[in-house]
Amino acid sequence: MSEQPTLAVENLETHFFTKAGVAKAVDGVSFSVNRGEVMGLVGESGSGKSVTGFSIMGLVDPPGEVVGGRVLYQGQNLLDLDEEGMRKLRGNHVAMIFQDPMMTLNPVLRIDTQMIETVKAHEPKVSNDEARSRARDVLGQVGIPSPDERLKAYPHQFSGGMRQRVAIAIALINKPDLIIADEPTTALDVTIQGQILYEAQKLCRETGTALIWITHDLAVVAGLADKICVMYAGRLAEQGKLDDVLDHPVHPYTVGLLGSVPGHNTRGHRLYQIPGMTPSLLKVPPGCAFKDRCPRADGACEVLPDITEPVPGRQVRCFHPHLEGEAVE
Amino acid sequence: MSGSSSANGGAMLEVRDLTKQFVKRLDLAAKIAVKLGSNLKEEVVHAVDGVNIQIAPGEVVGLVGESGCGKSTIGRMIAGILPPTAGDIIYKGQVVSGMNEAEQKATALAIQMIFQDPMSSLNPRLRVQDIIGEAPVLHGVVDAKGVAGYVEEVMLRVGLDPEYRRRYPHQFSGGQRQRIGIARALAVNPEFLVCDEAIAALDVSIQAQVINLFMDLREDLDLTYLFISHDLSVVEHISDRVVIMYLGRVVEVANTDDIFETANHPYTKALLNEVPRLDMRGLDYQPISGEIPSPLDPPPGCHFHPRCPHATARCSEERPALREIAPGRLAACHLNDG
Repeated sequence: MSEQPTLAVENLETHFFTKAGVAKAVDGVSFSVNRGEVMGLVGESGSGKSVTGFSIMGLVDPPGEVVGGRVLYQGQNLLDLDEEGMRKLRGNHVAMIFQDPMMTLNPVLRIDTQMIETVKAHEPKVSNDEARSRARDVLGQVGIPSPDERLKAYPHQFSGGMRQRVAIAIALINKPDLIIADEPTTALDVTIQGQILYEAQKLCRETGTALIWITHDLAVVAGLADKICVMYAGRLAEQGKLDDVLDHPVHPYTVGLLGSVPGHNTRGHRLYQIPGMTPSLLKVPPGCAFKDRCPRADGACEVLPDITEPVPGRQVRCFHPHLEGEAVE
Repeated sequence: MSGSSSANGGAMLEVRDLTKQFVKRLDLAAKIAVKLGSNLKEEVVHAVDGVNIQIAPGEVVGLVGESGCGKSTIGRMIAGILPPTAGDIIYKGQVVSGMNEAEQKATALAIQMIFQDPMSSLNPRLRVQDIIGEAPVLHGVVDAKGVAGYVEEVMLRVGLDPEYRRRYPHQFSGGQRQRIGIARALAVNPEFLVCDEAIAALDVSIQAQVINLFMDLREDLDLTYLFISHDLSVVEHISDRVVIMYLGRVVEVANTDDIFETANHPYTKALLNEVPRLDMRGLDYQPISGEIPSPLDPPPGCHFHPRCPHATARCSEERPALREIAPGRLAACHLNDG
């Protein structure tokens, strides 16, 4: 524990109080991200991965509410901040990139207006020229050709990939220490996705920004992240270093998920399929949420397992992890 | 490569010089502007530009490309949803447009399509039993008395509980909805399925279930597939042969193993490099630059030349022909001319 992590999330709980009942979208999730580190936050739909991101940013709207845990940004608990304090932080020290860049961009304002506004919102004394030149530099950084001209364009004049780059540029413009990216390449074509992944990783290495990349796609994370956190039904299933988790998964859900990815070695074989489907967050079964789909489940799983460290450096919530020396199907 | 159908060794389905253009006609205001001397022109999207593909009986052919490459348009033309602008679709040796009405109808039934988004391709106001049962009754596959049992049979085949036959599509999860779409296609006993991004909208664990279903159906029912996808991992898993498209044209055709081991076309290589895979850790490649040009105004010569690291002057002038570079392998690239 030499260096303080950029972000440490401890036992975060975000619940949605709906008419149909309480949905525990995030239920006791803990992880930390260091300077310059990329963490992949992986899960299927309804696993709570996006709500985790929104909770860190203080963007959970009613009926949702962060009901427990701590979000420590450089040692400071963000959940203690008031709205004004969060506003000073958002877009300045902590930024978010959304799946749809039009969530970030205002369709009726030129790019330069929006970018200068972002700078001046946090540093009112910066001159317009200075802000514009920062905007130009950061557009160049994310790979937008002829940034001087493109600054004068409106969002609709950009292609989808370029729009996402502009959104990333706006996230980067105030040199944040932490970026949370929520499926930013899911809607893009693969060659464009490749460019953005490449640039995101380069920027983190160069600037020391910590990055949380939320995605459903394990393959995207494989090329990008240093560590990986797998969520299931609002809870942490498994967390650890990228290579460790992908090469020697321990939680039966991670094992199943990795086995069900088609590719090189699976041709002509049946894919492993996890039986059943993800439970609705309103009807998460008691005990381990995965037990109904798990080949290893037994009576012990009727109780919710604690997070343990069955392998050094790996946090797992399971009574029956796949340990070393066992054959993994 | 001769033009006669007998030379194709009995392809089940062939498309020959298939072309589709979408024309945006001038509206009234634009027509007036033209009368007043403006030089507004009709905009033509070259969605599919002279494509040749052959698919043998029992084969699974993967059709891969990025958005705007025309892969879905080809699928729709083959399934008979869109009429081609030019070129022929040949089913079992017969040109579809030259068939008589009864033959055309039989062909339309034999080629079924499965769509990406099951929610928008299923009628939300029909019960599952009607979604699946409507077409087979209409086409006389089964009579009105036998339809209930028939629907049950089809639902079991795709892994749906027949208990749910009176439910509506919104009462199902995404994976189950896709199974309903598959059941609807199977209900008319097709021989050929066009799957257009049929698993793209599903979660990973559900994706695996549907991919396995496709493979089981292929064995059990002797189906032939055109599997359209942008996801190379899925295509590698399921296909026998792969067709790669870029901006309306086929750039490479080869057996799946050949494509993934020794891709020929620079675009295929770029795609293979950039598609994220589980076994590729730490991106250290230089991604291919640039964006996909607009199909409204594709670049001259080889469509890929503005982004190609190996482009020469010839590439910007002359369209490379799709030709055989090794037995069973086709590529459209001037680099192969030495």
